[in-house]
Amino acid sequence: MSYDAQFRVWRGDDEGGDLVDYTVEVNEGEVVLDIIHRLQATQAGDLAVRWNCKAGKCGSCSAEINGRPRLMCMTRMSTFAENETITVTPLRAFPVMKDLVTDVSFNYKKAQQVPAFAPPPGLEPGEYRLAQIDVERPQEFRKCIECFLCQDVCHVVRDHEENKESFSGPRFLMRIAELDMHPLDALDRQHTAQEEHGLGMCNITKCCTEVCPEHIKITDNALIPLKERVVDRKYDPVVWLGNKIRRRPS
Amino acid sequence: MSEIEKHNYDVLVVGAGGAGLRAAIAARQAGLRVAVISKSLFGKAHTVMAEGGIAASMGNVNPRDNWQVHFRDTMRGGKFLNNWRMAELHAKEAPLRVWELETYGALFDRTKDGKISQRNFGGHEYPRLAHVGDRTGLELIRTLQQKIVSLQQDDARAINHEGADEGKMKVFAECTITELLKDDSGRISGAFGYYRETGGLVLFRAPAVILATGGIGKSFKVTSNSWEYTGDGHALALRTGSALLNMEFVQFHPTGMVWPPSVKGILVTESVRGDGGVLRNSEGKRFMFDYVPPVFRGQYAETEEEGDRWYEDPDNNKRPPELLPRDEVARAINSEVKAGRGSPHGGVFLDIASRRPADEILRRLPSMYHQFKELADVDITAEPMEVGPTCHYVMGGVEVDPDTAAATGVPGLFAAGEVAGGMHGSNRLGGNSLSDLLVFGRRAGDGAAAYVATLKGIYPAVTEGQLREAERTALTPFDVATSPEAENPYALHAELQQTMNDLVGIIRKEEEMREAIEKLESLKERTPRAGVEGGRRFNPGWHLALDLRNMLVVSLTVAKAALLRQESRGGHTRDDFPKMEPEWRAKNLICTTDGDEVIVVEQPMIPMREDLLELFDRDELAKYLTDAELPQEVQSS
Amino acid sequence: MQAGVSAPGRATIAERTLRTDRWWQAPLLTSVLLSIWVLYALVRTVSQRAYFAAPEHYLSPFTSPCVTASCPPAARDFGTWFGHFPPFIPLALITLPFLLGFRLTCYYYRRAYYRAFWQSPPACGVAEPHSKYTGETRFPLILQNLHRYFFLAAGVISLVNTWDVVQAFRPEGHTFGFGLGTLIMLVNVVLLWMYTVSCHSCRHIVGGRLRNFSRHPLRYKAWTVVSKLNAKHMQLAWVTLLTLMLTDAYIALVSSGAISDPRFYN
Repeated sequence: MSYDAQFRVWRGDDEGGDLVDYTVEVNEGEVVLDIIHRLQATQAGDLAVRWNCKAGKCGSCSAEINGRPRLMCMTRMSTFAENETITVTPLRAFPVMKDLVTDVSFNYKKAQQVPAFAPPPGLEPGEYRLAQIDVERPQEFRKCIECFLCQDVCHVVRDHEENKESFSGPRFLMRIAELDMHPLDALDRQHTAQEEHGLGMCNITKCCTEVCPEHIKITDNALIPLKERVVDRKYDPVVWLGNKIRRRPS
Repeated sequence: MSEIEKHNYDVLVVGAGGAGLRAAIAARQAGLRVAVISKSLFGKAHTVMAEGGIAASMGNVNPRDNWQVHFRDTMRGGKFLNNWRMAELHAKEAPLRVWELETYGALFDRTKDGKISQRNFGGHEYPRLAHVGDRTGLELIRTLQQKIVSLQQDDARAINHEGADEGKMKVFAECTITELLKDDSGRISGAFGYYRETGGLVLFRAPAVILATGGIGKSFKVTSNSWEYTGDGHALALRTGSALLNMEFVQFHPTGMVWPPSVKGILVTESVRGDGGVLRNSEGKRFMFDYVPPVFRGQYAETEEEGDRWYEDPDNNKRPPELLPRDEVARAINSEVKAGRGSPHGGVFLDIASRRPADEILRRLPSMYHQFKELADVDITAEPMEVGPTCHYVMGGVEVDPDTAAATGVPGLFAAGEVAGGMHGSNRLGGNSLSDLLVFGRRAGDGAAAYVATLKGIYPAVTEGQLREAERTALTPFDVATSPEAENPYALHAELQQTMNDLVGIIRKEEEMREAIEKLESLKERTPRAGVEGGRRFNPGWHLALDLRNMLVVSLTVAKAALLRQESRGGHTRDDFPKMEPEWRAKNLICTTDGDEVIVVEQPMIPMREDLLELFDRDELAKYLTDAELPQEVQSS
Repeated sequence: MQAGVSAPGRATIAERTLRTDRWWQAPLLTSVLLSIWVLYALVRTVSQRAYFAAPEHYLSPFTSPCVTASCPPAARDFGTWFGHFPPFIPLALITLPFLLGFRLTCYYYRRAYYRAFWQSPPACGVAEPHSKYTGETRFPLILQNLHRYFFLAAGVISLVNTWDVVQAFRPEGHTFGFGLGTLIMLVNVVLLWMYTVSCHSCRHIVGGRLRNFSRHPLRYKAWTVVSKLNAKHMQLAWVTLLTLMLTDAYIALVSSGAISDPRFYN
């Protein structure tokens, strides 16, 4: 059941590089990461690639396969024709370090800018009581494995380096939505979502949802609801007036 | 000689999984400056692979649960070889550590009255595992990661800055520690390593080092462990002069994927069985009923009907034998396959499709569903899975003081999590790992802080000579690359894995282990010749060549200890000594190194405190302890 | 694109995308279909012909409600609010801005036309042709935030359309009766309601804005229903475009006498 596949892998570093052709054996049931590992072990011992769990749980082996951001460990070789040339490149939205490894520190900086969960005052550990229906919404977002494929595919930063300053990207806007939907979080996050994290830059073209390996409905369940919440606070005079007249507990 | 980056900290935590991060939080909260070394990116640690949950006797689902019951289950699971003080601390503190996570922002699944929901798991008498679907490890790591950021934000606020400040706590991602350094008096003075990304060398001066590097699974071919699990902490401890405990005990998780080949070994969570899944052989028989060992007889259901009733009414029925401790289930599967009753790809069938409705499976086991759908093209709501044993966890590890996590023999060295030994005895219960990380991670952080306080600001020094020595060792693989005798590190690794898998695997024999030791010794000769092409920037061949050194010494401790222990217990099964021997229970095997040589010696166990012994009845104790060890008054009765 | 995928530091790859599939198909199809629809709607509303079939009482959704003196008296179910419109002002002026506004600010259509017309981005992982991008942070796109008002207006218009269907069950000279046109209008209005209710703003208003569902069980139930529909918002958006066009075209054919409406009862 094995055959020889044609691979084109980007080799290089921040000073330049190119797509390099390889012919490499493929066996039944293998995924793209297996093939990259075979290249490492047999033809290119110094081929740099990030990976950990090889089961789609850690989000390390993000790359672009035939131009689409994907996890290499979750891309089965059987989805390609045997005569198809498979192109593997590093994520194209981040600076490259070497071969398939990119510098994803942008994401860690953005993570540090989202204020942490603010526990409600006066509630001791062990006293938290939460309804399952209330935790389910934020739980969906906590499935995120931080593969940063959504950050990579989002055209706001992918196509516009200059926006990296003012836009946190789908992953961290979703984190804000998660905290804003946490039943016990005590901080206001709606203003900062728009003012500091660039929610308004998102034009909901849904590529983040398309590439999410965890199948999180980032756009429909996090970004749009967050936009609507921001509208409540910033653009909706009726809600504004209502809030002025009576403070709602909700 | 190249430029070496230098940092000064109070505490250096090696490893950024659950134990490392919890230790870092504790040390930072004690006011110390903390560096966390992460071999991969921050938040990718192997902890994310834990699926089932965190064991803690909160009693939310069954109010009869308490720390004593949890302690008892842990000791039984470990076949009484556990360090009982660790098991006691663990059982007592686990609930606090879980509740604490909620204040960091964790969102566990809930009971109807809004408390943290708890699920059944192998070896636990009551539903005990706090969980989030089947991705509890991810929740744990993300929560701790976000708590670290939260503390960095507090630090920024304290100096009136926006965002996060890394001055007092910093995570060094994609960085590997190759050596620990000591001063003349034998105290820890720092650690030396390299950045994987750039190949740059780095020195951390710190009087306290907490090892939280996880396990050793990458020495085996079929394993649920990732590349990071190369036994770095175990090897660092040995090279620094500390000792490893009971390295012969390696847990083979009963249910790993067996097909397709490229994912062989990837874990199938025990929750599948906790939630109703059953094991069948090729004849369709639920074979686990034939494998209940004498020590557990009477505690498990004897008919399928009773086992099935247990899911609904656990108080009046006994649990099905599919939920026996992992070592028992793994051995049973092994026997069925050997007897020719295995599945087409050499495993057995794990069936939940015929036992639970599809929507319930999807809700309770979403990531298992995706894992099988996407990796094996199997729909677990419609067809059974094929599973078989996979190397999962090492019970053995650095010998530590239970209360402070201080490692034996080296002042300033601490260890927590999988790299530490003792807590789980000869076999770990599912769910006890995540709680172990939290309980002893925090204790290690506090222990290190207390130790640093005794130094009163005068820290042991690192000498230039030590630095040069560490640098030379780290760069050797580049120097030998041009030699005609250079070896391919990938090939050496494959040989090592095959040796361990075949000869020191789930069932062990004396002659095979002797053969393994011989092979390992020859690999030890060849490993220094592992050469690499290319430069230092993110060069996986170089990384592997350095990791190999660790895997080899750790594999040797496993093989040598396994050869010495002439009994079968938990994660150590001897074909030639199939019985569990009370005499051996009273002994720990201690591994140290002298230069390159691995030395294993027996060491008597400290007898269990009386009030803990009283938690068990005499009949049960008599199955494990020698007559001399049984408590006086019980003995006479 | 200098600042994008070929920004300094990123992997040097000349191609705008390495995608090998036909990624341009979806945006192309979207732009063709939307253009056809807009063209059709433009022709129909400007021509102001054959929008009402009096005997069957079929009123085209494009022209409903008909409340000017220019409308045939039988079509003025809601009275006469305005005098005669000059011929260059379409009767649809009263509702069309709201309907268009609802669809134009709809979260699904935004995605569709940003991708298809503005190419921002044309497809995932395909570099967009613009050198600057500010998203929805400035005028006029900041007005997208007013979607909820258009949603409310669309709700009112859906009520009107529902009344039109009720009227279509009351053909001239009978208290009850219906033909194929009635059923077409009924299907159209049901789908219009589903599209309207499945709107993201609606989902937010009925319950999405709450932090604690458990304290508002009824709104939670409403939210779960809307959420289910919301997952089909895209499909509903396209289907209703089609049914709107079909309904109008059918009424036009009946009204102009090109075909006669098959009657099932009276």
